[in-house]
Amino acid sequence: MGVKDYIRTRFFPHIWCPGCGHGTVLNSLLTAIEKLGLSKNDIVFVSGIGCSSRISGYVDFHTLHTIHGRAVAFATGVKMSRPGLNIIVPMGDGDALAIGGNHFIHAARRNIDLTAIVMNNRIYGMTGGQFSPLSGYGIKATTAPYYNIDHGFDIAELSVAAGATFVARSTTYHVKQLTNIFCKAILHKGFSVVEVLSQCPTYFGRKNNAGSAVDMMEFYKNNTIPKGSKAKEENSDLIERGIFVQKELPEYCEEYDKIIKIAKNRG
Amino acid sequence: MGRPELKEHIINKDWCKGCGICVHFCPKNVLELDSDAKVYAARPEDCIYCRLCELRCPDLAIEVKKVTFNERKDKIRSGQ
Repeated sequence: MGVKDYIRTRFFPHIWCPGCGHGTVLNSLLTAIEKLGLSKNDIVFVSGIGCSSRISGYVDFHTLHTIHGRAVAFATGVKMSRPGLNIIVPMGDGDALAIGGNHFIHAARRNIDLTAIVMNNRIYGMTGGQFSPLSGYGIKATTAPYYNIDHGFDIAELSVAAGATFVARSTTYHVKQLTNIFCKAILHKGFSVVEVLSQCPTYFGRKNNAGSAVDMMEFYKNNTIPKGSKAKEENSDLIERGIFVQKELPEYCEEYDKIIKIAKNRG
Repeated sequence: MGRPELKEHIINKDWCKGCGICVHFCPKNVLELDSDAKVYAARPEDCIYCRLCELRCPDLAIEVKKVTFNERKDKIRSGQ
């Protein structure tokens, strides 16, 4: 398997719990990178804090493990100084949309060429199961012992509204679709967002009687539908997966280069 | 070109955490957990080389190897 060539085997087995969806995301991401035939030296992983962000420690690329919520900000810096590199920003739902919410929407607005991967397990796993902005109404968490009264974001709709030029969603059950989406997201020029529904059997699962990792993946299998499916009209609780937006708009680094040229010609 | 043929399941027992995702979602029910809650190929002859266990494994603990073109050629030549 070529996938093993892309990891730092000395850190394995990894710290994620048995059945954690983040491992499948790592697997799928490496499969996509192998499929694209990218060189290790052309890839940078920039992550923040959280279970999901540990991913950057396990991959054998250029990696940057930064502060909570600021992964996109650091990634912007890397991309601006080295526009030739492929930047992948794996984040958790809390990292991307609570602490890093502003960085996220503004990077989407600028259309800077980053691949943001939001591993949505709807909980803060590493710190003990507090509810996140993606937990949603009625969900139980350590900090919501009765039930959560906050409503969750829809990452896809939020990203589209913020101006991301590639927005997609898949789950850890639909690995083949997920790998294809990762390939397209990495190749896309501009800000691409991939939301992955990823199970947390330890905190989210236990608190909400969602069962084991297998049961949670069965849920993804039975409660998600391809985008545009008619089943959504009959049952609005079904979650759509697929590519929501894929469009071309001027990319931030290229536009910035143009300004530099104009300024130099004047001087 | 025929269907890819399974050679073996390479399972890294040190990395396997026994979550059972591969066992549950195997379309041909090839895999099982042993007494240490580690996966093993109980019925490798049923494997159709879909590689879904390898792709879904959160611990990167399974690798499904297929018979390569040259190995197949040698097999046919030797009359097996």
